[in-house]
Amino acid sequence: MIRVILPAALKVLANVNGELEVDPGEGATISAVIAAIEARFPALRGTILSHGERKRRPMVRFYACNSDLSHADIESPLPDAVVDGREPLLIIGAIAGG
Amino acid sequence: MSGVRVLAGTKKGAFILEADSKRDRWKIDGPFFAGWEIYHIAGSPADPQRLYASQSNSWFGQIVQRSNDGGRTWESVNNEFAYDGIRGTHQWYDGSSRPWEFKRVWHLEPSPLDPDLVYAGVEDAALFRSDDGGEHWRELSGLRNHSTGSTWHPGAGGMCLHTILLDRSNANRLYVAISAAGAFRSDDGGTTWLPINRGLQSEYIPDPNAEVGHCVHRLAMHPAKPNVLFMQKHWDVMRSENAGDLWHEISGNLPTDFGFAIDVHAHDPETLYVVPIKSDREHFPLDGALRVYRSTTGGNEWEALTKGLPQEHCYVNVLRDAMAVDRLDSCGIYFGTTGGQIYVSPDGGDSWSAIARDLPPVLSVEVQTFA
Repeated sequence: MIRVILPAALKVLANVNGELEVDPGEGATISAVIAAIEARFPALRGTILSHGERKRRPMVRFYACNSDLSHADIESPLPDAVVDGREPLLIIGAIAGG
Repeated sequence: MSGVRVLAGTKKGAFILEADSKRDRWKIDGPFFAGWEIYHIAGSPADPQRLYASQSNSWFGQIVQRSNDGGRTWESVNNEFAYDGIRGTHQWYDGSSRPWEFKRVWHLEPSPLDPDLVYAGVEDAALFRSDDGGEHWRELSGLRNHSTGSTWHPGAGGMCLHTILLDRSNANRLYVAISAAGAFRSDDGGTTWLPINRGLQSEYIPDPNAEVGHCVHRLAMHPAKPNVLFMQKHWDVMRSENAGDLWHEISGNLPTDFGFAIDVHAHDPETLYVVPIKSDREHFPLDGALRVYRSTTGGNEWEALTKGLPQEHCYVNVLRDAMAVDRLDSCGIYFGTTGGQIYVSPDGGDSWSAIARDLPPVLSVEVQTFA
C-alpha cells in the first residue's frame, strides 16, 4: 500500500482525514496512485492531473523522500521507500498567494 | 409560508440567505465550499430543492456540486468538460491563435422543466449540457464551431460564456453571450447558432457591421416577452424587439452606461434595473455613490434609486451575475458587490437594506421564490 498525504482542500473534497493508503495495483507510479485515488474518491477526478491529457495541474506538486518529483514522468516508478510504505507521497497545493 | 432563498457565490465560498416574504430578517448559512471560488450557484425552477454550484480554484480546477435538499447537503458530480471533436483555435489578445482550453464554469442554467437538465457556460467560451443532473456533460459544439469561432477573443476577464437565457415559450430557443464575441441565438435547441449583434456599436471595432467581437456583459429577458431582450454591453445599455435580430440603445439619461448587471422586474417586462459603473478603467460607482437605476419605460428614461444605499465613499463593483429578482407580489431586487455586501429591495427598488455586509467579494446572486 502507498501512503498518500493530500492537500487540505482535497481532503475536504474527499471527506477524509489524515493519510490515505491506496493500492495502485501492478505499477507503483504517480499516475497509478492518482488513478487509484480517483477511483476511490470520484470527487477528486481531474483535480490533481488534468482530464484527458492527465498532465499535472500547474499549481500541484509531488514530493517524496525529500525530493521534488513534480517534473518526473508520472509513469516512472516511485522511490522504494514510498513503495514499501516507509515514506508517504505528498501531493501539495503550491504556495501561491493573491 | 412564502419566502425567498438567495444563493450567493463569492470568491471564498457559497452562502445561502433565507427570509420570509417580508424580507427583513435573514438567516445566513455558509460558507459552503469554504476557500473556493463559487462563480455561480443556481436552483432548478422545476425542483427548488435541486441546486447546482460551480466551484473552482487555481490549484485544483473545476468542481460541480449538486444538492437535492436546498443546499443543506451537497455531492460533487462530473467535472469533465471535454470540447467536442477537434478543439481548434481562437484569437488571443495579441492576435495570435490559441487552442481552446477549458478553465472554469461561469454560469449554470437549470431547465425550467426538468431538474436534471442543466446548461453550463464555460471559459474558454463554450456551452455544455447535462441531461442527468451533472453526471455527464456534452458540448453543444455548433456554437464554438460557428464560422466566426476562430476569430473570437477574450475580454479582460477571459473568454467566458457568462449568460444563458432559455425561452420558456419555445424550448428550441436559447440565447448565450460571450465576452468578447457577442450574443448568439439558437432556434434548434442549441445545434446551430446565429450571431445576434446587429446594431451594437463598439468604439474599438471600426466596422459598424461587425458580426462578432462585441464585449457583451449580460443579457436579460422577461419570460412574458421573450422576443424582447435587454443587454448591458461594455458601454451602452441596449434593447432588441426581435429576439436579437437588431439592437437599439436605451442608455438615455444614465450618468454612465458602462456596467455589468442588468435585470427585469418579475411582474413588469418594461421595468429594468442596471447599476452604472464609472468606466472600464474605474470599476466603481460614479462619485462613490452606489445607485441602482430603474427604468419603468423599457429604457431611455432612468431614475436613480438611492434610499438605503451608501452615497459616499463607496468604491465597489457589481458583477454581471450578481443581480436577481424574486417573484413575490412586491417584487424584490437583489445585488451583491465586490465589497461583500448583498442588498435587497423588497419594494421594487424604492428602498434598500444590506442583508450581509462583510462577505467575500460577491460573484453571483440568484434568488428562489417560495409562494
